[in-house]
Amino acid sequence: MTAPLPSHRDQSPAVAARFAALRARPIVLDVDALTKSFPTSGGTHTALDRISFQVHRREFMCVLGQSGCGKSTLIRILAGLDSPSGGEVRLDGKRVSGPGPDRGMVFQGYTLFPWLCVRENVMFGLRMAGKSPFEAEAEAREWIALVGLSKFEHAYPHQLSGGMKQRVAIARALASRPRILLIDEPFGALDAQTRAHMQDHLLAIWRNVDVTILFITHDLDEAIHLADRILVLGCNPSRVAEMIEVPVPRPRSRAQWTSPEFLATYQRLQELIHPPMEPSAEKISIPRLTAAGDDVE
Amino acid sequence: MPTPFAPPPARLRPWLPWLSFLLPLAAWCAFSYVPFLWHPLVKITEPGSVDYLQPGALIEKAVLAEENARVLAAGGTPATGHPSNPIFLPAPHEVGLAVFKSFTTPPRRPGEPWLHQSLWHSIQIIFWGFFWSSLIGVPLGILCGVYPACSRLTEPAIDFFRYMPAPAFGALAVAILGIYDPPKIAIIFIGTFFQQVLVVAHTTRKLDPALVEAAQTLGARRLQILFKVVVPGIATDLYNDMRILLGWAWTYLIVAEYIGASSGITYFINQQAKYRIYDNVFAAILLIGLIGFLTDRVLEDLGRAFFPWKAQGRRSVLAAAFFWLRPDYVK
Repeated sequence: MTAPLPSHRDQSPAVAARFAALRARPIVLDVDALTKSFPTSGGTHTALDRISFQVHRREFMCVLGQSGCGKSTLIRILAGLDSPSGGEVRLDGKRVSGPGPDRGMVFQGYTLFPWLCVRENVMFGLRMAGKSPFEAEAEAREWIALVGLSKFEHAYPHQLSGGMKQRVAIARALASRPRILLIDEPFGALDAQTRAHMQDHLLAIWRNVDVTILFITHDLDEAIHLADRILVLGCNPSRVAEMIEVPVPRPRSRAQWTSPEFLATYQRLQELIHPPMEPSAEKISIPRLTAAGDDVE
Repeated sequence: MPTPFAPPPARLRPWLPWLSFLLPLAAWCAFSYVPFLWHPLVKITEPGSVDYLQPGALIEKAVLAEENARVLAAGGTPATGHPSNPIFLPAPHEVGLAVFKSFTTPPRRPGEPWLHQSLWHSIQIIFWGFFWSSLIGVPLGILCGVYPACSRLTEPAIDFFRYMPAPAFGALAVAILGIYDPPKIAIIFIGTFFQQVLVVAHTTRKLDPALVEAAQTLGARRLQILFKVVVPGIATDLYNDMRILLGWAWTYLIVAEYIGASSGITYFINQQAKYRIYDNVFAAILLIGLIGFLTDRVLEDLGRAFFPWKAQGRRSVLAAAFFWLRPDYVK
């Protein structure tokens, strides 16, 4: 008989102090009753239903939800690439309309410009901001060093591995000094080792760079490992199911993955994301197709 | 039978492109040099008692047999000769020689152009037709690809025009532009332009929209998106489109040169056919193919120098040769 897990709401004094400090910081991104609906053949489909939340300065927030629950729709609206059907998004109190360099975006696919080398890709935003080539080049070098790709400055995207491409994409987004970095399931296509490495790399960047991060994922472990707070999106229609303050202390390490706080949070997320199946739900019965005595369990 | 889509055996692979030329050539050689393959005629060497035959004359086998039977019955000597092909199928070595000779033989009449002059004239017609078409067609195609409004405004009419065969405008072009080069350039233009707009628009629409969105989140504005993302983003595909369209333009050349005062390589071919020098006709046709083929190879090679990110590690031979000759150009 193991001791029952602590609640995911239990917070040690250190964790409680951290969240008190977080709440005291100014609000960078204010999402107010955001709604998005599409017309379909049988009426309208509501992809997002009155989503409201605030992101504080230097916060690392994860948005967690199942596939098809409007996570990407949400981040595209925040980036200004789609427009909402209702509600509004405010960045530093100013209403957002259309894409801009104050919100950096790292896309699910890599979306590096294939005709530009790593350095030119990172320089892109700086040149758009009107900086001289020399200035942009010097700044780009620093950002490339930050993601550890100085040796690959002159490589073209097709010569890089998936993880390296995503690091360039992060450097490129950071180079414009955005107020908030929007990251859409960036590590989904990477293998487990690279993904773990990239998560820690991203945490290190966030610690050392003045940037707020909104990170979309469907991976529960990833969300707990990275986030200060996790915004859980429910499905059909997508509403804010819960906002969880992750009680796992910082700095984070993989050793914490078996800590009671981590497991309690994991269990809570599990309940929210994959609710226990109702008895009435369809049960699949599998006919036995092997010979008797051929049991494997 | 190999599995569909299976790659060819590694040993065979490098030979296949050469075989694609060698096989037709081998067939041509067989029909030209193997006496019992085809050879429907007899080239007379000894006319015998057939009074109307002369050495070198070509006569059908059946007719010769009839004549010889008649002559033998009358007690004369039969005509002899060896199997031969009609004059319009010269042997490969004759054509090969003609390619060389046609450059060195002066024209029959003073004032007629040499072969190289005819070819150069044709190349100029192609160049200007393609140049004017691209000058308008490429920007218009990009605009149609980028702005749906532009596409809706122009593409239906272009779709309508492109079904009209370019040569149909020949008489009109002569009436408007005279009989010399302008109407010929106009025909190349009409033949290329409408396809070009549609092809370029299609290529532009294929650009990954995520690249445009990425640029927008990095602060790119309208014109910057057009010139810093769309144009470089489609450049490689556009380049390949242009290569295909240039080949297209060549196919309109002969028709264009027939219009008004016949000129260029068409004039050369017609004159040689009139003189019944079919070696030269073949030589000229082969030269057109050769120029087109070599141009395309050169453009493909240069493409690797222009777009290194698409070259898949293959280097441009011409660029390498250029930097070897002019090392001072290397950074």
